[in-house]
Amino acid sequence: MSPDHYILLSVVLFTIGTIGVLVRRNAIVVFMSIELMLNSANLAFVAFARMHGNLDGQVIAFFVMVVAAAEVVVGLAIIVALYRSRRSASIDEPNLLKY
Amino acid sequence: MNTDMLTAPSVDYMAILPLLIVAGAAVIGVIVETFAPRGARRTIQLFLAFGSLVAAFVALVSEAGLRSLEVEGAIAFDGPGMLLMGLILLASFVAAMLIAERQLDPAGDSFAPRASALPGSRDERELTARGYLQTEVWPLFLFAVLGMMLFVISNNLLMMFISLEVMSLPLYLLAGMARRRRLLSQEAAMKYFILGAFSSAFFLFGSALVYGFTGSVEFAAISDALAAQPGQTYLVIGGVGLISVGLLFKIGAVPFHQWVPDVYQGSPSAVTAFMAATVKVAAFGAILRIFYVAFGGLRWDWEILLWIIAGLTMVVGSIVAVVQTDIKRMIAYSSIAQAGFILMGVASATPEGLGASIFYLTAYAFTTLGIFAVIMIVRDGSGEAGRLSQWAGLGRRSPVVGAAFAIFMLSLAGIPLTSGFIAKFAVFSSALAVDQVIPVIIAVISSVIAAFFYGRVIVIMYFREPESDGATVTVPSAFTTLALAISVAVTVLLGVLPQPVLDLIEQAGVFIR
Repeated sequence: MSPDHYILLSVVLFTIGTIGVLVRRNAIVVFMSIELMLNSANLAFVAFARMHGNLDGQVIAFFVMVVAAAEVVVGLAIIVALYRSRRSASIDEPNLLKY
Repeated sequence: MNTDMLTAPSVDYMAILPLLIVAGAAVIGVIVETFAPRGARRTIQLFLAFGSLVAAFVALVSEAGLRSLEVEGAIAFDGPGMLLMGLILLASFVAAMLIAERQLDPAGDSFAPRASALPGSRDERELTARGYLQTEVWPLFLFAVLGMMLFVISNNLLMMFISLEVMSLPLYLLAGMARRRRLLSQEAAMKYFILGAFSSAFFLFGSALVYGFTGSVEFAAISDALAAQPGQTYLVIGGVGLISVGLLFKIGAVPFHQWVPDVYQGSPSAVTAFMAATVKVAAFGAILRIFYVAFGGLRWDWEILLWIIAGLTMVVGSIVAVVQTDIKRMIAYSSIAQAGFILMGVASATPEGLGASIFYLTAYAFTTLGIFAVIMIVRDGSGEAGRLSQWAGLGRRSPVVGAAFAIFMLSLAGIPLTSGFIAKFAVFSSALAVDQVIPVIIAVISSVIAAFFYGRVIVIMYFREPESDGATVTVPSAFTTLALAISVAVTVLLGVLPQPVLDLIEQAGVFIR
């Protein structure tokens, strides 16, 4: 299989992630969609690394995984704190900040 | 890269000493939180934070002449990068004084006693009654400073992505730690986090596409590859576009600005001061570097886009700010408008534009710190007085604070003898130097609109009768007083005697590659 297919797949995954962030209203699902976007970038990096025959892309994928893990820690902490004070993980319900 | 064997990179530890100092202090700060007795923590953390900022600044000044790529080309020590790092350290120093303030709130400082305690719960009341104060903000603060310093000198896309996250993750948490109006604060943290993570995913995917086109993430190699293959494909245009989305989000440019007012309003004011001033410096530093160094060859493609975004940002920020009734929201929209002005310097794509942007960032950072220092000390019974109408008559009751705030408003409006005037003058002339007349006309019109709402604040403070629930100025400790004094001094000095700073910027020259 040529790397093109993997890149196409990564674009599809990125699009699914983007749409997920925009249309889903549960903070956890939105967050999962963001993780999907990060992982689609990882797939693209690895596929491009294969295409160019250098290791940069593969190394980057490892770094991105670590960053994504750190982001999960911070993100879930914020979402859980919000859920405990509001009994809901909807991202539309907190609407005290406007105008 | 040779795939047979990996050789260990050579690192000049003396060159990266400023970064190591801040990183070390942040890590020690975490250990202090774990092992030091509760009573001693604040003293140790203050010593670590202020000490590391000063030490890093001294280390930076001592190597001011350094112009080289370090750590295998991952970071670039050059004139603009050094200047921006220094500016970030100085602005963080002032912001740290605001975070250290403990005299304004009768319950202690402006941070929640325990961020995980439910708002309004028995737990929280008990913690407050026992005078429980947390010092976790300090390691988070230092990690954010480290991320910002790395952000302005990172010389490849991976480094830039990581420093973007090191800068942002602590800020998401800091945004949610306000002692009062905690639901607002938590909401701000969540909005900041979701949108911030969303935009950094865009940045990362854009990096992947650029890597796919050029085969490298180093800025110099990207620039060479773009020059070698002038036929641009969807890959590189898409990549540059997605990277721009990620970076423009961080500066709050229209149409990626929706998070700014919510986060500025909901976060504790000391944290808002910190991120409003320094994140803007760091993100603009990164934008300048990536567009000038890596994508310089594509400037005919991105220039027009940046002019349009700059124009939109100025107009939308200024117009929406007019109708705001909350002071922090108004300043947030004003900061969006200011980002538009700075973007004009970026879009000029000349060394003059670079210098003008850096001067504007210097002026803007200290004015913003001063504004939030005043917002922190203007209070009513329940905390900070957010509504603009509560500020009526404040200038007559507290002449010194009123005068300081008036100076900041005049500076943001761009009135002569303040730093804002010189800054606006510099970006306008850099835009005119590349024959961009229409953006300058738009900028002048937005300045006039902006002058209206800045002026209105002054009118409210001096010429309106105070309300029954009006705000009063609480006497702060030496920390905030000093921060306010520094901000006023810089705002006035840069307006009256800008030449030394302008010379410094000129000597710094341009980015190396």
